[in-house]
Amino acid sequence: MKPTVVKRDLVEDYAIDEGVKKLTPERIEKVVNDVIDNETAGRLWTYLNTCIHCGLCAEACQWYISNDRDVSYAPVTKVKDTIWPMIEKKGKVDAEFIKRAAVISFTECSVCRRCGMYCPFGIDIAYMLLMVRRICARLDMVPLYLQDTVHSHAATMNQMWVKPDEWIDTLQWQEEEAQGYVPTSRIPLEKEGAEIMYSVIGPEPKFLAQLLGNISVIMKVADQDWTMPAYAGWDNSNMAMYSGDFEVMARVERLHHETAQRLKVKKIVMGECGHAFRGAEYDGPTWLGWMSPPIPLIHAIEFYEELLRTGRIKIAKKIEGPVTVQDPCNVVRNRGLGDKLRYIMNAVCEDFVDVSPNKRFNYCCNAGGGVINCGPPWKKKRVEGNRIKAEQLKRTGAHTVVTPCHNCHSGIEDIVDTFKLGMHVKFFSELLIEAMDIPANLKA
Amino acid sequence: MYEFVRGPLALIAFIIFFAGSIYRIAYMLKGAKKDKIVFSHMSWKHSLASLVHWLIPFNNQYMRRRPIFTVVTFAFHICLVIGPLLLLGHVMLIQESWNISWWTLSETLVDWMTVVVIAGAAFFLYRRLSDPVVKNVTDSSDYILLAITVLPFITGFVAYHQLFAYKTMLIIHILAGEIMLIAIPFTRLSHMLFFAFTRTYYGSESGLVRHSKDW
Ligand code: HEM
Ligand code: SF4
Ligand code: SF4
Ligand code: SF4
Repeated sequence: MKPTVVKRDLVEDYAIDEGVKKLTPERIEKVVNDVIDNETAGRLWTYLNTCIHCGLCAEACQWYISNDRDVSYAPVTKVKDTIWPMIEKKGKVDAEFIKRAAVISFTECSVCRRCGMYCPFGIDIAYMLLMVRRICARLDMVPLYLQDTVHSHAATMNQMWVKPDEWIDTLQWQEEEAQGYVPTSRIPLEKEGAEIMYSVIGPEPKFLAQLLGNISVIMKVADQDWTMPAYAGWDNSNMAMYSGDFEVMARVERLHHETAQRLKVKKIVMGECGHAFRGAEYDGPTWLGWMSPPIPLIHAIEFYEELLRTGRIKIAKKIEGPVTVQDPCNVVRNRGLGDKLRYIMNAVCEDFVDVSPNKRFNYCCNAGGGVINCGPPWKKKRVEGNRIKAEQLKRTGAHTVVTPCHNCHSGIEDIVDTFKLGMHVKFFSELLIEAMDIPANLKA
Repeated sequence: MYEFVRGPLALIAFIIFFAGSIYRIAYMLKGAKKDKIVFSHMSWKHSLASLVHWLIPFNNQYMRRRPIFTVVTFAFHICLVIGPLLLLGHVMLIQESWNISWWTLSETLVDWMTVVVIAGAAFFLYRRLSDPVVKNVTDSSDYILLAITVLPFITGFVAYHQLFAYKTMLIIHILAGEIMLIAIPFTRLSHMLFFAFTRTYYGSESGLVRHSKDW
């Protein structure tokens, strides 16, 4: 099979460019065969022996469609240019090949699983590309920025090098902010036996601290018995899952779930993040050999849906004007929360305009799967490679797009800027805070 | 020659086809067991739902978006599998050899089904040469598989209509059929064996584990 013709701007990534110099044919062969023989089994083998090379999966991929149907972005091409030759040649591929495989699997596929819905056999291409990432990770060929977050997970058990005192300081500061709205707001730490443990992703205390203040207000208004961990284990994000460093991934997930057990809570509620949910609910437990997490895990969408449906939170004044939404793959296509998301959107917006395609058919934002975490060098390709998302959002005519996922949030912001869509990008909790009714006895 | 391809060789081809299929499925199941999560993620309900949506034409969004392709591939596959199985000539041969027989379709109908298979193969060949994505992932094996698939039908058509060299054509036809049978378990034509498994796994994972749908 001839190599695919690829046209790309040259991108410099220190880790990849230096890493490739250290690869030797022996090392590549050893790692590739070890992963394929010992870490994959039934699925990969069956997929390879079933894929009839029909190309039907191409139409699924937002990268392919947005790049004027450039074949090098088609899902099946990404497999052809990575795992097929590795297996066919029994690991005898060269360093340049591994470099290209790393670039494809980390920066040209957001493992969103849309293509799986388009393959008549249900071949899971995202799974195969994650195995390619695994091989790259074991060859130290992970993009620099992504690897940095993994180092942070490994060293601090959070994604953003947040120090223990910074965590507590941030929570105190946000508690005070929240008390500006509702004086009795609290962020209860280490409350054993609480109903709910609330966990967030590392970037929240680092860059988006106001979200912590928001949740404090929401929890007070909804009168919830909740707590947050004071120590490591508070971060539910997991970039190691995407870098292919599954050992670190498992450590992170285990600590997160064990923290909930330590606090003896009934359930974990997590903030608005897609990949974190995937890691804590699916990839982590799968690697750890659990069918599901020991303590049930609830995504913010489900949590807010319940609060709104049961009247725990009442809406005072709905958000005006057209508002649309981004269905995050990892909680909608891969968790079925599409209808609940629409319920809460309609509950707080006067004029909710749906996207098309929507729910599980929605296009990925291109930021997920760790792609955005590969950092600035890869940004241009990621954003320009999702023109179709810009067109889809533009068609709604909305002034605001709600993104109940952190990666989507940043990814959609980049798209809105680049394609000059002039929209606001918000988390659901930001709308909720604006729209909800704060009972008179709680008001400042 | 005719006696040989029709007798012992046919028997060998059937044995390889059945034994090979069992072997390959067993091999796959062994791998699936090693792949620890596969069996625990399977569910009958979601498997069935997935099959219903992917085996009935136009029963998923994707097929509705590609009407021509859907019609062609269903016509191609139905004629490909049903035609030879329910052809009077084939059933008679089997009755002669092993004394089992079953219901058959009219010869004219099967003749038309053969034409459909050949036309379908031509469509797939055209796609393979013209669609950039398909072309890019095509190598000689894809053409060979297509040839292995369609050759029994072309030769069968020529032999049935006695267009020329009937006896030789018949021998080539039988040989082509035997090659196809032998190839199914050991090439990507094994998608026939694996379809039910990949489909139901994806359906189960999407439904049971991810609370979503795969159609
Ligand atoms: C009965 C079970 C079978 C199922 C469920 C099945 C399913 C499929 C599917 C889903 C495809 C993908 C593309 C498309 O939809 O056309 C396909 C392609 C194909 N199938 Fe089958 N198949 C079966 C049996 C067979 C058999 C017995 C043969 C031949 C010996 C065969 C030959 C082919 C060929 C040649 C293609 C490729 C078309 C191309 O070149 O793109 N199939 N099949
Ligand atoms: S980005 Fe999504 S649709 Fe495209 S290849 Fe990756 S998993 Fe498939
Ligand atoms: S749609 Fe499925 S069978 Fe066809 S090329 Fe893509 S992965 Fe292979
Ligand atoms: S960031 Fe959002 S849209 Fe993108 S893969 Fe994650 S969940 Fe999907």
